[in-house]
Amino acid sequence: MEPFAHRSLLDVEGLTRADAERILDTSEAFLQVSRRPVRKVPTLRGKTIINLFYEASTRTRTSFELAGKRLSADVINMSVSASSVKKGETLQDTCRTLEAMHPDVIVIRHAAAGAANYVASKIGCSVINAGDGMHAHPTQALLDAFTIRRARGRLDNLVVTIVGDIAHSRVARSNAHLLKLFGCEIRVVGPRTLLPSAADSLGVRVFDRLEEGLESADVVMVLRIQRERLEGALLPSLREYARTFGIGPRTIQYAKPDAIIMHPGPMNRGVEIESVIADGERSLILEQVEAGVAVRMALLYLFAGEASQPPAVG
Amino acid sequence: MAASRSSRLEASAVFSHTPPNVARTQKVILDADAIQRSIRRMAVAIVEATSGVEDLTLVGIRRGGVALSQRIADEIAKVEGSPPPVGTVDISLYRDDAATVLPNPKIGPSDIPFDVAGRHVVLVDDVLHTGRTVRAAIECLQDYGRPARVWLAALCDRGGRELPIRADFVGRVVEIEPRERLDVWIDAAGPDRVVLTEAG
Repeated sequence: MEPFAHRSLLDVEGLTRADAERILDTSEAFLQVSRRPVRKVPTLRGKTIINLFYEASTRTRTSFELAGKRLSADVINMSVSASSVKKGETLQDTCRTLEAMHPDVIVIRHAAAGAANYVASKIGCSVINAGDGMHAHPTQALLDAFTIRRARGRLDNLVVTIVGDIAHSRVARSNAHLLKLFGCEIRVVGPRTLLPSAADSLGVRVFDRLEEGLESADVVMVLRIQRERLEGALLPSLREYARTFGIGPRTIQYAKPDAIIMHPGPMNRGVEIESVIADGERSLILEQVEAGVAVRMALLYLFAGEASQPPAVG
Repeated sequence: MAASRSSRLEASAVFSHTPPNVARTQKVILDADAIQRSIRRMAVAIVEATSGVEDLTLVGIRRGGVALSQRIADEIAKVEGSPPPVGTVDISLYRDDAATVLPNPKIGPSDIPFDVAGRHVVLVDDVLHTGRTVRAAIECLQDYGRPARVWLAALCDRGGRELPIRADFVGRVVEIEPRERLDVWIDAAGPDRVVLTEAG
């Protein structure tokens, strides 16, 4: 087996289809580890992983923390409040400080697009982007692809509809880039104010009517509507959004009868998704959480080792 | 071992490591009949050693031990009437050099579809060499539960141990030089065979 071609994961664009398949195949073995009586393997004993979170994110941080711990790595969580720092300078200083601690992997979440690339350019260790501004969230895209592949048996040529705040969503961007590697048709649906002006450059089909966007969809990805968007006058009211773009028993009928429903969380029940759908049998929302740990274990496994030829075992 | 394992993935790549212009002698040291007799003898020995044990299970070590564990289970079925449960372990995540050689090995899933706690588990591998694979397999097994006893069966014992490990059931002892290779082909392309490749 060839060494994995990458040492860092900054965005999806750098991955080939073969890279993505390698990550997803490796994730299968780690899903099984999380289902055993002893949910831990000794693989990364003695390795150090730093979770550097400039944005609050309990679920992503917990997922990375659990992934590292289940591989026996030492995991350090650093939460930095963005308001107390002036970004440029301090991020550089933080990089120097962290480098002196000799970590093997840094996982970074930051409100500024490009923060992960910046850190990777300053530090010699592996860097995993856990979300940077509106740019990318590659591990979310990979765990979504993993969940879809397990549920549908394949990724190729599916119709995937992403509903919600597309313009501000790094999840939508990364998912679109990844799923296009597999020939999926990507559709985005939302109010005009929340659709990106350059949606066509993503290679996606844009709809502002939910019924049309959902027609014969295999996968429906529902995005969180952030209440801040109300203040920015991009949305008139949550109630109106729910009526027009909310996924409920009535609207889901436009998708394929066996369409699967996903949501990266945390959900606003009653806004972008109704409880009867979120808790229904076609919802894979909890499977996504389980997949998140497996995919992140696979990435840490692929990044945290030295690439060299294996010596004889027997 | 690692070289022979990966080369088993595709038959055409078996001898690809051989430098050009270096002739290497190959010898079939066990043919299909001899392998079948060894498997039968090991199956009988396992049944005798664990007689009265209702909780006998087999776990093949990927990749070389998987086909062998199935064949041993088939032979036990002929003696006892029904085969013991068979599982597999992948030791990639438990290698003692995992932190330095990753990410080379492709990990296959371990699959033990039964509870090992309190049962007799026979680990099965094709070739016993340094013992490091077996150590890793024991550690992996223990993360599934606490077996009453762990046994070890190997079709070939080629010597060269680097850890205090020995097999309880051995098909054939083949003392060979460190530079020589032993490749076991069971239920693969072509007839079953064990091939010794001498150093060039």
